[in-house]
Amino acid sequence: MTSATSRQAPVPGAHTPRPGPPPKPAPPSGTPVRVSGAASLVRSLEAVGCEVVFGIPGGTIMPAYDSLLDSTKLRHVLVRHEQGAGHAATGYAQATGRVGVCMATSGPGATNLVTPLADAYMDSVPVVAITGQQTRALIGTDAFQEADICGITMPITKHNVLVTDPAEIPRAIAEAFHIASTGRPGPVLVDIPKDVLQETTSFSWPPELRLPGYRPTTRPHGKQVREAAKLITSAHRPVLYVGGGVLKAGATEQLRELAELTGIPVVTTLMARGAFPDSHPQHLGMPGMHGTVSAVAAMQKSDLLIALGTRFDDRVTGQLSSFAPEAQVVHADIDPAEISKNRRADVPIVGDCKEILVELIAAVRAEREHGGTADLAPWTAQTSGWRESFPLGYDWPADGALSPQYVIERIGSIAGPEAIYTAGVGQHQMWAAQFVKYERPGTWINSGGLGTMGFAVPAAMGAKFGQPDKVVWAIDGDGCFQMTNQELATCAIEGAPIKVAVINNGNLGMVRQWQNLFYSERYSQTDLGTHKHRIPDFKLLAEALGCVGLRCETREEVDATIARAMEINDRPVVVDFVVGKDAQVWPMVAAGTGNDQIMAARGIRPLFDEDA
Amino acid sequence: MSKHTLSVLVENKPGVLARVAGLFSRRGFNIESLAVGPTEHPDISRMTIVVSVDELPLEQVTKQLNKLINVIKIVELEPTVAVQRELLLVKVRADATVRSQVLETVQLFRAKVVDVSPEALTIEATGTADKLDALLRMLEPYGLREMVQSGMVAIGRGARSITATAAR
Repeated sequence: MTSATSRQAPVPGAHTPRPGPPPKPAPPSGTPVRVSGAASLVRSLEAVGCEVVFGIPGGTIMPAYDSLLDSTKLRHVLVRHEQGAGHAATGYAQATGRVGVCMATSGPGATNLVTPLADAYMDSVPVVAITGQQTRALIGTDAFQEADICGITMPITKHNVLVTDPAEIPRAIAEAFHIASTGRPGPVLVDIPKDVLQETTSFSWPPELRLPGYRPTTRPHGKQVREAAKLITSAHRPVLYVGGGVLKAGATEQLRELAELTGIPVVTTLMARGAFPDSHPQHLGMPGMHGTVSAVAAMQKSDLLIALGTRFDDRVTGQLSSFAPEAQVVHADIDPAEISKNRRADVPIVGDCKEILVELIAAVRAEREHGGTADLAPWTAQTSGWRESFPLGYDWPADGALSPQYVIERIGSIAGPEAIYTAGVGQHQMWAAQFVKYERPGTWINSGGLGTMGFAVPAAMGAKFGQPDKVVWAIDGDGCFQMTNQELATCAIEGAPIKVAVINNGNLGMVRQWQNLFYSERYSQTDLGTHKHRIPDFKLLAEALGCVGLRCETREEVDATIARAMEINDRPVVVDFVVGKDAQVWPMVAAGTGNDQIMAARGIRPLFDEDA
Repeated sequence: MSKHTLSVLVENKPGVLARVAGLFSRRGFNIESLAVGPTEHPDISRMTIVVSVDELPLEQVTKQLNKLINVIKIVELEPTVAVQRELLLVKVRADATVRSQVLETVQLFRAKVVDVSPEALTIEATGTADKLDALLRMLEPYGLREMVQSGMVAIGRGARSITATAAR
């Protein structure tokens, strides 16, 4: 049996950043003590190393909140909406690599966690959600604020459990953290009836984990690694196709070592931005629907894709049947179900990306000593040529409006690669992925798989609690911002001085872009009126929420406004960047088409034209 | 598409059946037959699931099943190396005039009469799906009043046990 070992390291609270490495949590003594179920829950959370909980109390979870009052180790952040708690837990987890924790009451409190749990599930984020539940006798009677949250979240959590015996609380919490943070990470929900929290029970730590069906493979198969090394050294047009799994495994140094050892060009997916420095000469950028021409072209023409911690998502492959038609595939992932799910792998490797890369580097070295290596010079010249011929760029709006890409580019330059950037979903997200230059892991946090509008502000809040000494920018759209900005009140009161850039184009920009391109410019329900009526006035809204509100409408003001925002550290800042509504995200592979059809700009298909 | 029989060892916990069934439906697979019951280990239940599916999607659904925390082990049982059985209970209209003919059919199929009334016989039969189909075809002319059939259960031939290594 596995024992409950703490993967969590303590985190300084936002108010009191502590210098130096944080102390290890002192494990409570192993002798059982008599406590309430709620106290057992709080002690378990302390013992597992949790330091921040995002949540809101309500009827059934009240016993837990009562016990929280007595805890000196747990910092609770009182959010304004449970969805905010869930995304904050995700932002915290993505920024720190630790498990993010959120808490809610039964019924609507729990169902409000559904979106962030689905989000964390799609992006494999270690999150533990603790929900109150109606008392055991009332379960199944349609009692007040009763919802079968285990049933509801079954398809969107890695695991969930209803605790029916208070003696099981320590084990349930230890298992939840273990499952959330190991293997392919993901969200775990622990549902606890109110009377289970109230009952007297015994608490002892560590509990024994009983997970006979859970044994993730972390160590790769040696033969597969050697097969991969053979392909890697003999390929003439290889590409390292890097996904978020490399970040989750903490394998970015090993990735760099392998890339530099072999000279193979690297592409980083939306979930992997920051896994490989954007400034590195081998980096071709982001692949996919709004990827760079060089990244998409390199994959299309490749004879070997070395896929690391990535899942051949439809937004990367485009039309699957015409994706990278000449490439063999080495697919390394910790989740065996991802391998050959969308694209057949010639060499599958199941394991932790870090362990795989360590072994792969050694195997490639050995292979190179024996059999040499293919000459990559022509391939390097070709990929570099693409990168130079088709750099990311944008035109200034013809109507003289402010360019959203310029604003985002300047934020990235001024805040720099040490800052953390979060984004909502839509045009601003793609521009933030394209025009901010990422150099380090854990600096780009977004909603990739689920595409959750409203992610940016609460995720930034969570990231700030996890990394209080870092500058955290939420790059948001005016549509997204109106979905979750209530958490700015939390940020203002609980001390999370984040910075929010509302890229305000007055519209649901990405939908409008599709209407422009694919729906004959029929703009159905995409004008939000934030330009026309200035409702809401984001500057005033920010101030009402306890933040500093700034507005910027011209190119000349951009740098000074960003600099002003950077100077304010005692409260959150919101900048309303009023930008043109007609700017579009390019390059683009239209949905359902093949990647060869990538358009560098409207009507310009560099790969397609080249072949024709 | 071909039929596959999966033996799935799961933790004996509430909600596990819902997890397994939910996974099949949301990944777009149709369960043809399902049987769940205890094993020689009180903590482990065994599901026998028959699915009609091609080789590649079968691999995918098996991998997805394996990801469920409460699933301990999955073994595909090939029909040639496994014993497969279903249970059938069927109520056949059988008054005095045809009762002896019905009983003769029951004998032929090594089935059993488990209840009798002046108008009907209730017959219990076990066997493969083919055998039970054949029995039903023979009984149909008399009039089938009601029938109930179990999902298939299956066990590998030989001395090897799939549960021995699962229960650590």
